[in-house]
Amino acid sequence: MTRALLHSLGIQLRVIHALLMREVLTRYGRHNIGFLWLFVEPMIFTLGVTALWTITKSAHGSNLPIVAFAVTGYSSVLLWRNMPARCINGLGPNQSLLYHRNVRPLDIYASRLLLEAIGGTTSFLVLSLLFIGIGWMEPPEDVLKIALGWILLAWFGASLGLFLGALSEQFELVEKIWGPMSYLTFPLSGAMFMVDWLPPAAQEVLLYVPMVHCVELLREGYFGSMVRAYYDIGYVVAVSAVLSLLALAQERRVSRGLVLE
Amino acid sequence: MVTIDNVTKRYPTRHGSITVLDGIDLQVAPGERIGILGRNGAGKSTLIRLISGAEHPTAGTIKRAMRVSWPLAFAGGFQGSLTGLDNLRFICRVYGASEEDKIGFVEEFSELGRFMREPLKTYSSGMRARLAFALSMAIEFDCFLIDEVITVGDARFHEKCRRELFERRGDRAMIMVSHEQHIIKDHCSRASVLREGKLQHFGDVDGAYSAYSGA
Repeated sequence: MTRALLHSLGIQLRVIHALLMREVLTRYGRHNIGFLWLFVEPMIFTLGVTALWTITKSAHGSNLPIVAFAVTGYSSVLLWRNMPARCINGLGPNQSLLYHRNVRPLDIYASRLLLEAIGGTTSFLVLSLLFIGIGWMEPPEDVLKIALGWILLAWFGASLGLFLGALSEQFELVEKIWGPMSYLTFPLSGAMFMVDWLPPAAQEVLLYVPMVHCVELLREGYFGSMVRAYYDIGYVVAVSAVLSLLALAQERRVSRGLVLE
Repeated sequence: MVTIDNVTKRYPTRHGSITVLDGIDLQVAPGERIGILGRNGAGKSTLIRLISGAEHPTAGTIKRAMRVSWPLAFAGGFQGSLTGLDNLRFICRVYGASEEDKIGFVEEFSELGRFMREPLKTYSSGMRARLAFALSMAIEFDCFLIDEVITVGDARFHEKCRRELFERRGDRAMIMVSHEQHIIKDHCSRASVLREGKLQHFGDVDGAYSAYSGA
């Protein structure tokens, strides 16, 4: 029983690795910097937003260092937002690979999610180290808290990605709605504010948004006693766990009914 | 052994669901070669897809107690920006084979030479077909699924494929779909006819053909 499970796990890891390597090549190719685009692309995004926020002083009403605020905020947005973006209609271009029996839709989603997580994390790390190195950012106060916030956010993003990805195979509407949804939820995701700055009524509403808790936790890790963070780890875990279950159920449903060309 | 037990496959369409396979059974023992006959749209390719595991049956079970191939020379996974070598690597990773021992064989068999390291978008359709066939031969299977594709390339390459598949792998099981009677007659020991969702078995190929053309 355990042996069979380990054997299956071995196959699955092998397949995800194969898909990951293939995805890197088909997405970034071999020209110019190749796979480095994986994290250079989000880095450029974050750099641009950091520059914009610095110029417009977007973290208004606070004395927090703007560069660190922007890097932690926008990196978080990229992490949870790119995962669903890559999963929605994600099976189409890879569908013919399903002719290899061990390649299942879940593996395709997993490889895409993993790639986004690697890209987003590397971008965040490289930018942070770079800015700390040149003195634009102070070193963080509590790396473990940052890691926990980041991992929770990645889990939430992955479950949302898998859920919406699998749902989009059944309902075309998902793709249409995700664009405006992701755009509209961005300002609500905690990237551009600390909950503490808001009036109590707004705080209450925004603390229903799972991303807000993760970003608050991450920023507490970064800024320590400079900020007062509001978060409930139990809430994020509960939301992500339920969403993961729904996502896996939907993935299974889609996977069983899949019609290949 | 491949055992298909009471398998039904329905597809949803805009005017209700259609039943393509309706409670079919099939057993394939190691080394056995079986032809599947049927008109266009009878469900032959659906059956091959189900046996390969690419799609799941609506009802019934398919047990694979031997290594079953993907549909032979299937080129659908080819993506323009990948090279022939990238595709070989992908397949080796998926099937847990070492690519080192395969590169030489695929390069030689497909006659692609240095094009192995060029992107697929620079390939002619013949080159793609040769690569696809070579990749199918790179991984060892006990049972090959063949869906109407042994007609790639010129006569010489054709002959090479025939030797590689039917002579060098003469001991393997095969499940074959073809509209070319002589291919089935040359290579299969028995055949089954797929008609109106039912699969009818015949002990020999000639019997299957007379039932097939008589109907």
